[in-house]
Amino acid sequence: MLVGTTLYALINTAILALMAIGFNLTFGISGVANFAYGAFYVFAAYGIWGMLNLLHIPYLLAVLIAVLANVLMGALIYRFVLLRVRGQALSEVIATFGIGLAILELFSYFGWVGFEYTLPVFMDRSFIIAGTYVDFQRLAILVFSTVLISGLWWFTHHTSIGLAFRGIAQDERTALTFGIDSDWIATLSVSFGAGVAALAALFIIPLGSIAPGEGYDVLIKALAVCIIGGLGSTGGVIAASFIVGFAERFTDTYIGSHWTMIVSLAAILLVLTIKPSGLFGKQKELEERI
Amino acid sequence: MMDAPILKVSDLSKNFGGVRALNRVSFDLQPGELLGVIGPNGSGKTTLVNLITRFVKPSAGDVFFKGKKISHLPPYKIVRLGIARTFQMVKPFYQLPAYKNMIIPLYSPRMRQLAGGRYGDRDAVALDLLEEVGFERDAFVAYKTAGALPQGYLKRLELAKAIALQPDLYILDELFSGLSLAEVASIVPIIEKIRMAGRTIIMIEHRLKELFRIADRVIVMNYGEKIADGPAAEVMEDEAVKSAYLGTETEDE
Amino acid sequence: MKKRKERIDRGIKVRSSDIFALLSWREMLYLATPRILPVIVCLSLPLLLDPYWQKVLLSVAVVALLAISWDILAQTGMVSLGQALFFGVGAYCSGVMNHYWGLSPVLTIPIASLLGGLICTLMLLPVLRLRGIYFSMVTLIIPLILVRIVEATKIFGGTEGLSGMTPLPSKWFELYLIMAVLLVVLFGFRRMLDSDYGLVLKGINDNDRSVINAGINIYWFKAQSLFFAGAIGAFCGAFMTHVYMFVGMPVFALDYSILPIAAAVVGGPGTLAGATFGAFILVPMSEALRGFGGLRIVLYGVFLVVFIVALPEGIFHYIQRKYHQFERWVEVDK
Repeated sequence: MLVGTTLYALINTAILALMAIGFNLTFGISGVANFAYGAFYVFAAYGIWGMLNLLHIPYLLAVLIAVLANVLMGALIYRFVLLRVRGQALSEVIATFGIGLAILELFSYFGWVGFEYTLPVFMDRSFIIAGTYVDFQRLAILVFSTVLISGLWWFTHHTSIGLAFRGIAQDERTALTFGIDSDWIATLSVSFGAGVAALAALFIIPLGSIAPGEGYDVLIKALAVCIIGGLGSTGGVIAASFIVGFAERFTDTYIGSHWTMIVSLAAILLVLTIKPSGLFGKQKELEERI
Repeated sequence: MMDAPILKVSDLSKNFGGVRALNRVSFDLQPGELLGVIGPNGSGKTTLVNLITRFVKPSAGDVFFKGKKISHLPPYKIVRLGIARTFQMVKPFYQLPAYKNMIIPLYSPRMRQLAGGRYGDRDAVALDLLEEVGFERDAFVAYKTAGALPQGYLKRLELAKAIALQPDLYILDELFSGLSLAEVASIVPIIEKIRMAGRTIIMIEHRLKELFRIADRVIVMNYGEKIADGPAAEVMEDEAVKSAYLGTETEDE
Repeated sequence: MKKRKERIDRGIKVRSSDIFALLSWREMLYLATPRILPVIVCLSLPLLLDPYWQKVLLSVAVVALLAISWDILAQTGMVSLGQALFFGVGAYCSGVMNHYWGLSPVLTIPIASLLGGLICTLMLLPVLRLRGIYFSMVTLIIPLILVRIVEATKIFGGTEGLSGMTPLPSKWFELYLIMAVLLVVLFGFRRMLDSDYGLVLKGINDNDRSVINAGINIYWFKAQSLFFAGAIGAFCGAFMTHVYMFVGMPVFALDYSILPIAAAVVGGPGTLAGATFGAFILVPMSEALRGFGGLRIVLYGVFLVVFIVALPEGIFHYIQRKYHQFERWVEVDK
């Protein structure tokens, strides 16, 4: 049972990381907290579903369109809404929150809820690993998540563009003096995060079904992971996903499934008390933001 | 007879990532002194102030104020002990009238400590303080919205906010920057008045001529290190200081 | 010939800004109306409406109070996305006290308000030191997590909640109690925010390093503001527990977080009167739109975005401006 639980804990970690990385990236690069992130996730999911089942577009094409649609939507939202309120924290939060709300509740209103609303798994097979059944989809998530996050880590730490992104995240003013257009970068960051959300939906939704509630769930999980790990830090997402992923899984197996949420809440409160900016958080405390 | 120094900075250092912003800076400050801190841009002057007032955490070293260690205290507590600083970039509350800008320092607990009770009418005290720094009362300048005031008045407002706290040590970060000669000339008497009341002042400045007229002693910083410390005339003759400001001479001119 | 718009204070505003306003009935009326009108409206509406709309009025008052609570936090620089947290904690406090210990509403409501405020302040204390975005994030997810915890652990009645609370004496009592509280909170906290204390809070929002530099412990002040806002929200929850005689998971619903923000943003962020005004507009409107079901929340979302981007001053400010000033076109001299 230990091995099985560990394996599923790893998968849980991968799922959490995949959910959180898009939000974390957007914030890490441009400081935009995209509270509409959950809505992007669900939007892509419904989009792919609609294209597959209503328009009968081939799978790969549908996926491509969905990712691009998300990217485009992210850019549009930045250009038309966020741009006008950039810098005013209150307005930014409310604007993204309002958009996310409108989108999610719109889907709620359409009532597209039910088991038929789901995305197909990649391959309907299971494997036995170390004595436990693991389906292909979950393995795919594990692999993709690892590849994506290691790729992002390598990108932001070892390529010049990635390092430039980190530089901008750390000191926007200096970046401006180098002629980097911060609005352009911010547009990219929101689009990029939205695109990642679409990919995450693609991999994770097949495990269950699509529902507007998923949007809120994803947002909660992403926020929880980012709070624990520290906003803006890829390493933080990894660490926090491991912690929460393992804590949830082991609690579920050995203590009882209704304690998993308490564990998450406890983890958040613990981090907030001991190291409020998150495990790997580079958010400078108030005093240092001169 | 040497009084105990009012401020003792000991091996103060700060690293930002890989950058050594401040490297083992030490000096003492006697009560009533006016110390100037000069140096090229980026030499760590403002970092020094931020470290003393603890707006930034030191990487190493200590700061002692009136004999007590303060380098571990949060900034608001340090202010309450009697150190007041002005900021290089003045950011008043632009929508409020000038005298309303003074309310917050007057609300500070330190005022309650010193006055033995709250000031009854903070507005009146604010107007008096502003008049002392040159806001002409009969022209009602103090009632003008801060956003409408020119830089000279804003700098004086910043100074008045420090005066309102009745500190023992003033740290003025580039008070003269952005001011015309006439404006500087009109602020200097205010600083003289503060000195005559027995207060200690540290002034970070780029305007050397004006600073040297009033400073007792000058510290020169370069690349985060203190390279000279002494009376103004001596310091300006120092070779290290000259090369820091002007660059080294080449062999053939 | 180029023209520009010029805004000038109305004559009556200028005339009534000094003590000589006492000399003229007209000027005194000008000053008194904005203050007395809401009082009259709040106190007379319960009598004028039919029972259905009286229930709506109750909701209006609750949303108004939550919006005021939100606005107090916003003016101190904290954007709360979780008014439901205060509401829910207050609701459960009073519900638990009434259900398990049999305390009467006279005790449970005040105690729950203060206790709720205290609990929420302590919970959010660690985030006060961080960037504002953390506050928004944490206030958003904690109520949602609490819902799931209640659901999973079945404490305090679990999914069914606790029912059979002691009701309040009468419908009239309910209405007038909440109206009275609304008026007291509105005028009382407005006074507080206009005072020097309020200036410190607003200063923290505007330029916190400046406030630190004055020797003020901004975290202590932020905590105070949080306590006030939390207590107001908790009061609403405690009150509604006894009105519905029930407390359960729905008290942490997103609705309680969203509607107050929408009311404050539409009505006019930055003033408590604006938040109240927004509630008086949005809640009846949402009742009228009941037929649209879930689409209402979509509309709130859209409203939020439109107002925050295009009309950030809110409706109240617009009306206030019209009351005090008039506009005209003037020629621009060369």
